[in-house]
Amino acid sequence: MSTATLTAKPVKAKRRKVSAESGESSANQVKGASKYFVLGLLVLLSVYAVAPLWWLIVAITKSTSTIYTTNGLWFAGGFNLFQNLHDLFTYQDGIYATWLWNTVWLSFVTSAGAMVITVAAGYALAKYNFHGKKLIMGLIMASFIIPGTLLTVPSFILFNKVGLYDNWWVMILPACFTPMDTYLAKVYAEGAVPDELMEAARIDGAGEYRIFTEISWKLMVTPAATIFLLHFVGSWNSFMWPMIFLKDYHKWTVMLGLQSWIARGTDSQYDLTMLVITGAFISMIPVVILMIAMQRYWKSGVTVGSLK
Amino acid sequence: MSGKAEEDVRENRHVPWRILQALKGSTFTWPFVAGFLFFVVAPIVLSLRVVLYNKQKSGLGLGEAKEVFVGADNLVRAVQDTTFWIGFGRVALYAVIMVPLTQFLSMVMALLIDSVRAKTAGKFRILLLLPYMTPGVVSTIIWIYLYSPTTSPFKWTGINFFDSNLVWFSMGQMAVWAGLGFNMLIMFGSLQSIPHEIIEAARIDGASELRIAFSIKVPFMVSSVTFTTLFGIIGTLQLFNEPYFFRSISPQTITKDFTPAMQIYNEAFQVGNINYATALSLLLAAVLCVASILLYVAQGKVNRA
Repeated sequence: MSTATLTAKPVKAKRRKVSAESGESSANQVKGASKYFVLGLLVLLSVYAVAPLWWLIVAITKSTSTIYTTNGLWFAGGFNLFQNLHDLFTYQDGIYATWLWNTVWLSFVTSAGAMVITVAAGYALAKYNFHGKKLIMGLIMASFIIPGTLLTVPSFILFNKVGLYDNWWVMILPACFTPMDTYLAKVYAEGAVPDELMEAARIDGAGEYRIFTEISWKLMVTPAATIFLLHFVGSWNSFMWPMIFLKDYHKWTVMLGLQSWIARGTDSQYDLTMLVITGAFISMIPVVILMIAMQRYWKSGVTVGSLK
Repeated sequence: MSGKAEEDVRENRHVPWRILQALKGSTFTWPFVAGFLFFVVAPIVLSLRVVLYNKQKSGLGLGEAKEVFVGADNLVRAVQDTTFWIGFGRVALYAVIMVPLTQFLSMVMALLIDSVRAKTAGKFRILLLLPYMTPGVVSTIIWIYLYSPTTSPFKWTGINFFDSNLVWFSMGQMAVWAGLGFNMLIMFGSLQSIPHEIIEAARIDGASELRIAFSIKVPFMVSSVTFTTLFGIIGTLQLFNEPYFFRSISPQTITKDFTPAMQIYNEAFQVGNINYATALSLLLAAVLCVASILLYVAQGKVNRA
């Protein structure tokens, strides 16, 4: 994920790329036999990429017995998907739906919060000169070398003291102040928000807050959307953090819940395998849809090389 | 020129106003700074204190545990902890093999894709990126079942993918699957930003396509993946989720302290020795810092050569 967050000016670079693509065939093209070799390789790669997901799609239509006995890459006789979905959403009074809902709103609130806080901070660091700015920038840069693992244990002690343990806020707040995102927003704001525009707005009588909410904010939609998306996906997929900080399983997120099922394997009534498989499939749908819809934001990571 | 002078005059006349403006501007950073101090700086400061203490129960193990100042004892014990270094050795070996290997594979793929029409390559893009879009936990679940002797489509081969000799290969294969498409795209992006004139000039000078690939494209990509590789290695050294999941299937092979991150988790939340877990975290952080600096310097040298 960190690679994707590295870029700052994706849109411009992207346009350049698109124009290069749509131009007449690049000079690098190979012809003849080697062309088919490359195409064949691409097909093979695509098969490799898709096959495990194909297995998952096939698997969710099977039943607890056929999953073990039939070929994993093709459908078994009966179509058991609806039964699996029914089991998934009724098991333990529909705990899966609770987890899913928790994940949805937590991811949403976290990424909205992170977006507003880091974009505002990055904007101010880029566009204003105030005391302490250098200190803040220094702290941000220094924090880049701190590995996430270092923070986990002391955070646990700290959050226990202030009542954040087993509390929704523990999922939301710590993710809202990512220094990397502030840095991204700052670099972007430097190029995207012209001083002249802010001056003109001031002459017209707009205050600093109004300039931000009515003008500058709109010029920073790209980093804002990128930050939102990456946080949404990050918090949807997070596993270690909720495992450590959320104790009550009614508060769990979907990834944590799936892990608890896979670790348990079976319980008195059920082989949980079909629940895990169906649950895993359902849990990836929203993220995949979101990522396909917002491709241009996370794929901006692609231009990381050109920004060096 | 007069505009500049005017600006200066205005600047002077409105000094208090400018200061107020800067102050207002700085308020945009206040929420961030407050949160940063509490959620990043405070835990680090706290860890530096916690590591100097130990919890000790009174004689019979009854009553409140007392905090006793032990100085550097925890850190010394951490540095001498062979379990930690064995775990670190495991992930370090894995990272040093896997990250460059993935980058190398992606580079070859990017060079190949670069040699077909962009439109053709574009058609494969979504398919190749699906693994990257799949949540990490879901892809781990999928692969666990694909490896599992009961549900695997490969069960006829009789290979035990959770065998202690094979488990790293199994995890590495999973990482390649999840990252290959995305890494390839990054490399492809950097390939496209090579100025066309350079390649044209080389061609006019009579360089073959292979020569162009090795002397222009590869060096260009290598220099642009410095940070990707660096982050990749640092991230891999903190490996937790994948081995943790594999442990729920194969607890005999994947021990509770298989990787440093797992050892820290186990020490803090299973054993309950927070102070020692903090010492291990600090040690890991220190090692990672040294590793980043070394890697950074090494790659700087590679790039200059």
